[in-house]
Amino acid sequence: MSYLKIDRVFKAFASGARATEVLSDIRLTIEKGECVSIIGHSGCGKSTLLNLVAGLTQVSTGVIKLEGREVNAPGPDRAVVFQNHSLLPWLTVYDNVNLAVTKVFGATRTKAERHAWIMENLDLVQMTHAADKRPGEISGGMRQRVGIARALAMEPKILLLDEPFGALDALTRAHLQDAVMDIHARLKNTMIMITHDVDEAVLLADRIVMMTNGPAATIGEVLPVTMARPRDRIALAAQPDYLRAREAVLRFLHERHRLVEAAE
Amino acid sequence: MMAVTALKPKAAVAAPAKTADVVRLATPIARPARVAGKVLRFVGENVAPPMIVLMILLVIWQVAASGDASGLPSPSDVWAQSSELILDPFFVYGTQDIGLGWRVLTSLERVAYGFGLAAIVGVLTGAAIGQSIWLMRGLDPIFQVLRTVPPLAWLPISLAAFMDSAPSAIFVIFITAIWPIIINTAAGVRAIPQDYRNVAAVLRLNQIEFFFKIMVPAAAPYIFSGLRIGVGLSWLAIVAAEMLTGGVGIGFFIWDAWNSSRLTDIIVALVYIGVTGFILDRLVGWLGGIIARGTTA
Repeated sequence: MSYLKIDRVFKAFASGARATEVLSDIRLTIEKGECVSIIGHSGCGKSTLLNLVAGLTQVSTGVIKLEGREVNAPGPDRAVVFQNHSLLPWLTVYDNVNLAVTKVFGATRTKAERHAWIMENLDLVQMTHAADKRPGEISGGMRQRVGIARALAMEPKILLLDEPFGALDALTRAHLQDAVMDIHARLKNTMIMITHDVDEAVLLADRIVMMTNGPAATIGEVLPVTMARPRDRIALAAQPDYLRAREAVLRFLHERHRLVEAAE
Repeated sequence: MMAVTALKPKAAVAAPAKTADVVRLATPIARPARVAGKVLRFVGENVAPPMIVLMILLVIWQVAASGDASGLPSPSDVWAQSSELILDPFFVYGTQDIGLGWRVLTSLERVAYGFGLAAIVGVLTGAAIGQSIWLMRGLDPIFQVLRTVPPLAWLPISLAAFMDSAPSAIFVIFITAIWPIIINTAAGVRAIPQDYRNVAAVLRLNQIEFFFKIMVPAAAPYIFSGLRIGVGLSWLAIVAAEMLTGGVGIGFFIWDAWNSSRLTDIIVALVYIGVTGFILDRLVGWLGGIIARGTTA
């Protein structure tokens, strides 16, 4: 039995009498410990798909199962790292993570254990030095690190990343990609990551799920990325496997499913 | 201002790096001069202009009210007839003959009950309305109408409902203050970003946790601007409320002074009410500034 199974999922948003089909017949299975990235043009419903897995939106038809149990509401077993960090600005970095840890482990762990767990997760993203700062006092990259720490601290079965580095500059993004690869190597956690960055998809993922353009977007192609881990961005830059994977994704996005802008 | 704030951190950073005596020389000279300059500037910018304008207004008032035909007392009449009320706010000569300071405190207690109740009920109601689109659609038009009803108009109804003057007075204050609190809280709750709601959903926060951990801090700036308007309105309602209750409040004092034609006393009481209202407004504004500090970051 597969770990996460997305089976014949359709999603339509109703606006008045008209319903717009956003996702059409999505079928995808993800194994435990796998890192899958989903790529597609903006507006193709990538984020909607992630929200469905997170339980923040409900499927119209079809079913999503995690470890055989149907997903129909949000929960900490499917922690989300949001695009714009979504830290609560009135809480310190520590308290932001603490909110999640207290809620998830409040009944099962002692205060000291929870404190150690918070610091361990902050250490995982190298943010212990800013534990007492508020989100407004740290940089965008740091905020995103804290967002990842908060999600990891829930000990999720699957980590959902919604374009987590989209708003960051290229150098900061590279640092955070390395951090995510490092965490994945250590924790062997299952991840789904939405991205619109081809290099990011190839670098991080075991499989790249490419989506066709909406409306009624579906999975166009799934590309396995077989390069050995740990992956090093500099060594990969000239490697044929990397270049082939990159080319395949580019061809999909820019030849076969080029985004046709509506005439304005 | 700019130069002062720019100097401070520089000195603090330079202290460990440079030799100690440089700092030791600079601080004792700079600090008193800086403080004196600040005080002078504050007086020049904030105290002097209103004082000068006040003087001018008093002179105009004196001239205008000096004629024989004038029905209103001039500032010098006020001083001649009511100086005791001005000079000693806290005298006690008998149960009904006490200083205006005591009267203000009695009124403040009444406002505290009415406003405190309005704050609790208003924030809770506003939160519910902000959360539910149907409650909003149903109640908002009604509130928009009710909030324009003047405090005095509530008097007969509350008297009929409570059959007693003390709770009626508190009700009048309550009903006057509650509308801006409800409306602002609802607006603040509606303005909570979807991201925070998603975080709460993923964490499975229950209603109470969501209220205290997300809703109140996120909506704090809105809630406090509602409370600030509310405290102003509840102080406005005090005269209306105390026409009922009698006793020793500042509102009743005005009503009583009017009935016994002590116009100068009324003028002194007006100044007391104005100053107290100003202090209340600043107090809630200051409190809101402290509590809402984190949310705007």
